[in-house]
Amino acid sequence: MLVKKKKGVLQELYLIEIIKGLFITLKNLFFAKKVTIQYPEERRNYSDRFRGMHYIKATNGVENCTACMLCPTVCPAECIHIEAGEREDKEKYPVKFEIDLLRCCFCGMCEEACPKDAIKLSNIYEMSTTHREVYEKSFLLEQRGGK
Amino acid sequence: MDKFDWLAVGAKAGFIVLVLLQVVPIMVWVERRGSALMQNRLGPNRVGPLGLFQSLADVLKFLWKEEGAPGHVERFYYLLAPLVSLVPAFMTFAAVPFASSIMIGDRLVQFQIADLNVGILYIFAIASLGVYGIIMAGWASNSKYTMLGSLRSSSQMISYELSMGLSVIGIIMTFSSVKLGDIARLQGETLLQLGSLSIPKWGILIQPLGFLIFLVAAFAETNRLPFDLPEGESEIVAGYHLEYGGMKFALFMMAEYLNMTTASAVISTLYFGGWQLLPGMTALLSWAQEALHLSGMGAEALRVGFEMASFGIKVGFFMWFFVWVRWTLPRFRYDQLMDLGWKVMLPLSLVNIFVTGLMVYYGWI
Repeated sequence: MLVKKKKGVLQELYLIEIIKGLFITLKNLFFAKKVTIQYPEERRNYSDRFRGMHYIKATNGVENCTACMLCPTVCPAECIHIEAGEREDKEKYPVKFEIDLLRCCFCGMCEEACPKDAIKLSNIYEMSTTHREVYEKSFLLEQRGGK
Repeated sequence: MDKFDWLAVGAKAGFIVLVLLQVVPIMVWVERRGSALMQNRLGPNRVGPLGLFQSLADVLKFLWKEEGAPGHVERFYYLLAPLVSLVPAFMTFAAVPFASSIMIGDRLVQFQIADLNVGILYIFAIASLGVYGIIMAGWASNSKYTMLGSLRSSSQMISYELSMGLSVIGIIMTFSSVKLGDIARLQGETLLQLGSLSIPKWGILIQPLGFLIFLVAAFAETNRLPFDLPEGESEIVAGYHLEYGGMKFALFMMAEYLNMTTASAVISTLYFGGWQLLPGMTALLSWAQEALHLSGMGAEALRVGFEMASFGIKVGFFMWFFVWVRWTLPRFRYDQLMDLGWKVMLPLSLVNIFVTGLMVYYGWI
């Protein structure tokens, strides 16, 4: 329902209202807290659940991954490529572990599927490059994103 | 005119053009930073100290842009239009006095490029030429939005120019002169003497209603918010300059800011005493003249400097006011704009003339 508010003579004149409005903007100009985050120097704090660039977790210098192929299976974008191999002590391990970040949709399902807590998503979000790169195992092992 | 006059006019014109050209980038910076701060942002603060060189970078970018014209434009008029709106914006300032006068040798030099005997009429005539640039741009661009923009511009101009002209009649009646030099000089006279405090005869004190109408009309004349209907981003994309890009667009932008400068200068000349010293500056001037042991020519030069500074402060305030209002008020709806122009401002300005006439007849002012 349209309710017509009763306006006084001074409000009908608008002049005083305009001057009030001018002082509201002036108050904002001088005293209001500015919300801009000045990017390279200041950064937004993301939650720990943020899904950024992947990394492979390692214990005692050996990656947790056992090349069980659950993550490439669950991956909807089919961006994970693993080739399995066998170590000296008969343990299965990934010879090749590549992630094509250009295909990745950062859904985080690989992280959920992983039984060994090996593939994780960090909170690194600056991933722009000048060439199309497929990230390899050695690189992914180094990426921890502050975790 | 002999050599001295030519030299003086050339120096004054050069000075004004240089100052006006500097004003544009600074105003663009003020507009962008001011609007940002009012909206709780920071605005451009990376290029140079406080982001002051941002406009310089923008101009460089404009210059390097491709100079293309869309295929459907009327090419000659399309290219002419930015110039037609830019040149009058420069020309208007010629009749505005920016300081009083000084004696150089035995010659009187007035700080006004041309003290025309039609002063204020010249300003109105040239300022309304600027709208031809807008109409030409809208027509030559051969597109719907630009056409609508220029139509709006022309009807807005008709409805506001009228009350603008009529509101100034009051000032002309009280000072019985249309020469801007005279109007500025006569505003130095005393209106009221309250003990040792003398209140000058500034236009706003004797013509408050006229000032208000003139101010509103000046906003409409310069196409600034709340009357920027010809641009109206949310309705007609960008209005009359939709089909322009690169430096041609920048010329329209420059013309807008120059019109703003001229409007501020005219407002302060007509209603705020022009180059008359601000309250308190008179004492400061005599103190400075004594402290520096100046007399004769030096003292005169200092006085002129103070007058220019005073004029600059007034103009600067009004330019800031233009920016301030733009980021405070929303745009008018078109019918509201017409209502305000024809049903409110025109009758009010007529009443203002009538009342001023009575006051002049009975000798109250």
